[in-house]
Amino acid sequence: MMETLLLSRIQFAANISFHILFPTITIALGWVLLYFRLRYNRSGEARWMEAYSFWVKVFALSFAMGVVSGITMSFQFGTNWPGFMEIVGNIAGPLLAYEVMTAFFLEAVFLGIMLFGFSRVPRWLHTTATALVAFGTTMSTFWIIVLNSWMHTPQGFEMIDGVAHATDWWAIIFNPSMPYRFFHMLLASFLTVSFLIAGVSAFRWLIGGRTEGVRSALTTALTVAALLIPVQIYVGDLHGLNTKEYQPAKVAAMEGVWETERGAPLLLFALPDDAARENHFEVGIPGLASFILTHEWDGEIKGLNEFVAEDGTPLHPRVAPVFWSFRIMVGTGVLMLLTSWASVVLMLRKNKGGEGRRGVEGLPKLWLMGLVAMTFSGWLATLAGWYTTEIGRQPWLVQGVMTTKQAVADVPAPMVLSTLIAYLVVYAILLGAYITVIFYLARKASRGETLPNPRRTGAAAPTVPAE
Amino acid sequence: MDLFGDPAQWLPFTFAGLMGASILIYVILDGYDLGVGVLFPFADDAEKDRMIASIGPFWDANETWLVLAVGLLLVAFPTAHGEILTALYLPVAIMLIGLIMRGVAFEFRAKAPDPYKPLWNNVFFTGSLMTSLAQGFMLGMYVMGLDYTWGHFAFALLTAVFLTVGYSFIGATWVIYKTDEHLQRKAISWAKGGIWGLVLGIAAISLATPYVSPRIFEKWFTFPQILWLAPLPIISGALVLALWTMLRRMPFAGDRFSWLPFATASLLWTLAYSGMAYSFYPYVVPDKLTIYESASAPESLWIILLGTCVVLPTIAAYTFLAYYIFRGKATELRYD
Ligand code: HDD
Ligand code: HEM
Ligand code: HEM
Repeated sequence: MMETLLLSRIQFAANISFHILFPTITIALGWVLLYFRLRYNRSGEARWMEAYSFWVKVFALSFAMGVVSGITMSFQFGTNWPGFMEIVGNIAGPLLAYEVMTAFFLEAVFLGIMLFGFSRVPRWLHTTATALVAFGTTMSTFWIIVLNSWMHTPQGFEMIDGVAHATDWWAIIFNPSMPYRFFHMLLASFLTVSFLIAGVSAFRWLIGGRTEGVRSALTTALTVAALLIPVQIYVGDLHGLNTKEYQPAKVAAMEGVWETERGAPLLLFALPDDAARENHFEVGIPGLASFILTHEWDGEIKGLNEFVAEDGTPLHPRVAPVFWSFRIMVGTGVLMLLTSWASVVLMLRKNKGGEGRRGVEGLPKLWLMGLVAMTFSGWLATLAGWYTTEIGRQPWLVQGVMTTKQAVADVPAPMVLSTLIAYLVVYAILLGAYITVIFYLARKASRGETLPNPRRTGAAAPTVPAE
Repeated sequence: MDLFGDPAQWLPFTFAGLMGASILIYVILDGYDLGVGVLFPFADDAEKDRMIASIGPFWDANETWLVLAVGLLLVAFPTAHGEILTALYLPVAIMLIGLIMRGVAFEFRAKAPDPYKPLWNNVFFTGSLMTSLAQGFMLGMYVMGLDYTWGHFAFALLTAVFLTVGYSFIGATWVIYKTDEHLQRKAISWAKGGIWGLVLGIAAISLATPYVSPRIFEKWFTFPQILWLAPLPIISGALVLALWTMLRRMPFAGDRFSWLPFATASLLWTLAYSGMAYSFYPYVVPDKLTIYESASAPESLWIILLGTCVVLPTIAAYTFLAYYIFRGKATELRYD
């Protein structure tokens, strides 16, 4: 049984990790496309249209990947986690329904116009469609984040015969961790997209595709990143304070604090050891963790040892994965801060003659290569963040209500293993293909070739909306 | 809120109806585009492009009906969702991987460098085949009461083949409708070959269903009911005969009635499906769990119903619009 549990968890983690990669891109890219479109409407400059028509292809590809992996998600609950819907289905059901229906709604109606209607429908209609698609993906995120947050900080329900029944939908939707998680996720999406656009544009610039469209996309992306990363760090801090209140065991794992202490150090490095219940090789900044989490240098942080049952079984998650994924996220965040701010400073430098700013020309070649290397840094931080959140909730599936073990299906372990391997193989290949195709499109665009616009091309039907 | 009587009664019934309708629409609509994928190896490169063009504007929306059906099962009948999908664990996984493969192949075959196009064509075919076979297998297993014995397993393998051939049949009728000239003639011969899959499939399931479940046997072969049911096989037989004669004479002059095989096939499909729905009602897990036992709490169903009332008509309206806009023959793929 234990083996099935572990394999099912890995499989779920693999599936949702794969799925989230693509919504993370589509959520913010929708808004960025709207921005490009609006700039084009106002100025009529071809460079905005150029940016739009390149990135809308990436959007289409990402959306398709999001849809197919989303279908897998909705089957997962039945195949691997039947207990989840049995116990909390009355609450999770409507929320999931709204997520999928919102995504549907926009896919069915507006996506086609947005993807293939640039020059075929009136400008206002195309702009509206783009806006609605962006709004739709955001709403879709809202509902799924509501559900996920409710699993972390559940309220507004009562248990009748072991089954959760909703008593107050307002309380369920606006549960305590929802606002933090929602905004942190939205910002994560914008940062992911900024670095994606910056990386791919820098790549095009480097290989000689120095068009105005590339310049505008690169400048926009770096500016957005520089503006949003401090906000993200601030919201992340608030998110942590909230978690400290509702899930103290998770925070203890994130900080690697075993004994409740005052003036806890911020650990930069440590090897948490779950068996010995201590850290090895600690390197830390004294008092800083307490200061960040309580805003007092000698504030108290609850240690992991407070979360152990009478019989010695830990009621907290495994420490090392939470500890490390948290550091990967924060580390990436700091790196993003440094790169985006330095880039903006480099671009704002005055030209040699003293007239005008240097702009993209102000970025040295090596620096551009660095941006290319950071193309997918948003993915890394996002995944690391979710791993912190989700693994940090264990052993609970719904905090304090049901454990992960209660939800798992009684499917033989070898069966789960075989499907897990199959998924992993498919995902690895698709991820490779996705990244290859993005850079292939970038190379093709740099050579000035027109890009294919497939998918809905079909019957001849000029000037109709849905093409 | 007892406007229409006891909500614990009519809400589950409504959701069962909505779910049933979604599944039916799904098997017809995605049925034809899966079928087109299964027929891929029989076509040459130019024909493949044309076949893709014939389903290009539709396949994505077709697939949403599956998400809707499973979504409704998940949120309205959570315990049944768990029970059914756990029992069908492997075929579900195979279907999902198939759906992923064909879904992304659409995008990649057009965006990837040319030398990779044949590769993505193969991915598209393999994905379609896996999905069809898996769905047929699940259908067979479901009819057998989700109970694994060697006999049931063999039966499910049989329905897997029949459904796949059935899908390729309806796919061929779609190609007849959407294309002309050489490809259309080819599709007519595919349809003639594929029709037996449909016939054998319907026959196998009709014979097996009462045999497996005494309850259904009772429902079919007792007196007044049998009168209600009798027209079903008779009309179905007539439709098959009509299809066969039609296909032998096609194409008609001036391409008239090229839509007729597809329409007739859809009707046949609907009849067979209604027969099944009638037999299994009120069970959602055959002979184990009724829709009333497995439904979510009425207060949750209410909330979902509100959303459904907005979304369903919109999707339906959009579907009609899309089919209207993209009516007529599919043309060459246009890259712009
Ligand atoms: C680009 C992505 C990104 C970046 C740069 C950051 N985060 Fe983050 N973080 C996420 C993306 C993310 C996320 C993937 O979106 C998570 C997972 C769940 C959630 O709501 O957001 C997350 C979760 C998450 C949590 C877990 C909360 C919980 O569930 O209990 C905390 C405390 C922080 N973040 C704090 C930070 C801090 C202090 C950052 C400063 C550098 C930071 N994040 C940067
Ligand atoms: C979107 C990003 C998400 C990621 C990357 C993610 C990741 C993970 C990971 C890594 C686990 C495994 C925890 C462990 O092994 O200890 C997990 C568990 C789980 N999460 Fe999430 N999660 C995400 C969002 C969600 C959402 C939105 C839901 C709710 C609908 C959800 C529901 C679950 C469930 C049911 C489990 C239980 C299975 C398990 O413990 O592995 N997750 N998730
Ligand atoms: C475990 C839970 C999840 C399930 C069951 C799920 C299910 C789905 C499904 C079925 C679709 C495709 C709908 C369609 O056919 O258009 C979809 C798309 C989407 N999902 Fe999820 N999803 C989950 C987690 C998430 C998370 C964690 C996020 C974001 C934080 C997310 C954001 C989106 C968005 C924005 C879309 C629409 C855009 C796109 O496909 O790129 N989902 N999801």
